[in-house]
Amino acid sequence: MVPLLYFQLLSVALFGIGFYGVLARRSAVLIVLSIELMLNAVNINLIAAASYLNGTGRFAAFDGQIIAIFVITVAAAEVGLAFAIILRMYRNRGTVNVDEINLLKW
Amino acid sequence: MIIQTIMFYVLAVGTVGAGVMVIASRNPVHSVLFLILAFFNSAGLFVMMGAEFLAMILIIVYVGAVAVLFLFVVMMLDINFAELRAGFLQYLPIGGVIGIILLAELVMVFASGAIEIEVPTNVASPTPPPDEVTNTQALGDVLYTRYAYLFQGAGFILLIAMVGAIVLTHRRRTDVRRQRIADQVARDPKAAVRLTDIEPGAEGTWKSD
Repeated sequence: MVPLLYFQLLSVALFGIGFYGVLARRSAVLIVLSIELMLNAVNINLIAAASYLNGTGRFAAFDGQIIAIFVITVAAAEVGLAFAIILRMYRNRGTVNVDEINLLKW
Repeated sequence: MIIQTIMFYVLAVGTVGAGVMVIASRNPVHSVLFLILAFFNSAGLFVMMGAEFLAMILIIVYVGAVAVLFLFVVMMLDINFAELRAGFLQYLPIGGVIGIILLAELVMVFASGAIEIEVPTNVASPTPPPDEVTNTQALGDVLYTRYAYLFQGAGFILLIAMVGAIVLTHRRRTDVRRQRIADQVARDPKAAVRLTDIEPGAEGTWKSD
């Protein structure tokens, strides 16, 4: 059986890939897309921890899955709000390029 | 047991490969479709770990709602082929070094065993014993009793997101007359009506205030 470490390494790799995507992308929509990838990596980590440590340690059973449910919920809410902001940004400035939204830059 | 190892490697390579293609695609629609592929592979991993309710929730909520919303927005906002950010290439060496250091730190933390993981004597198998309840019922037993406040909080967060999205993007039409109920209710009756004496037969002119 696959040890827990492999799931955690997979989660770390996905998190790093999403992190790179957040830094490297120019469009705000694609940045939010990379954030979703990072949240998916966190979910994999939580559910792997829940299934391998089921009831052991200081956590009750299925704690990781409960947390993963809340992570999915909050991610969906955050994506909705992020798109509302991006839509306003597009209406006001005509672009979603985050390099050009720099009115506050000193 | 060997089939589980094979499935893990297949799904893990699929997830990481789809993740790399998400950030490496020039076409943003391709990026969203590769994200959907990554979510399907993650759902397969969840099923492998015994969390089938969460796998289905991932597909229904993440793929069915969030990824479709991504497609709507990508097609509505007329995003050109995504290019690298301005000045990114000159920061790539430093960023790469920092990224590799971060990755190495995370790997060292997880792999060193510094996190106290108390595994029982038999190797922890991620499949639950067959005489237990289903995953959905097990989650439901816990979610509405021990985590009831968190559950209500999550519902509140969703309400805020819904109201916020509507408030941010609602457009009013300017050429349509509407009632303003607050102004109508706030009228002073003394100022609304004016009594005038007009003699019968006199030629009076209407005076409008």
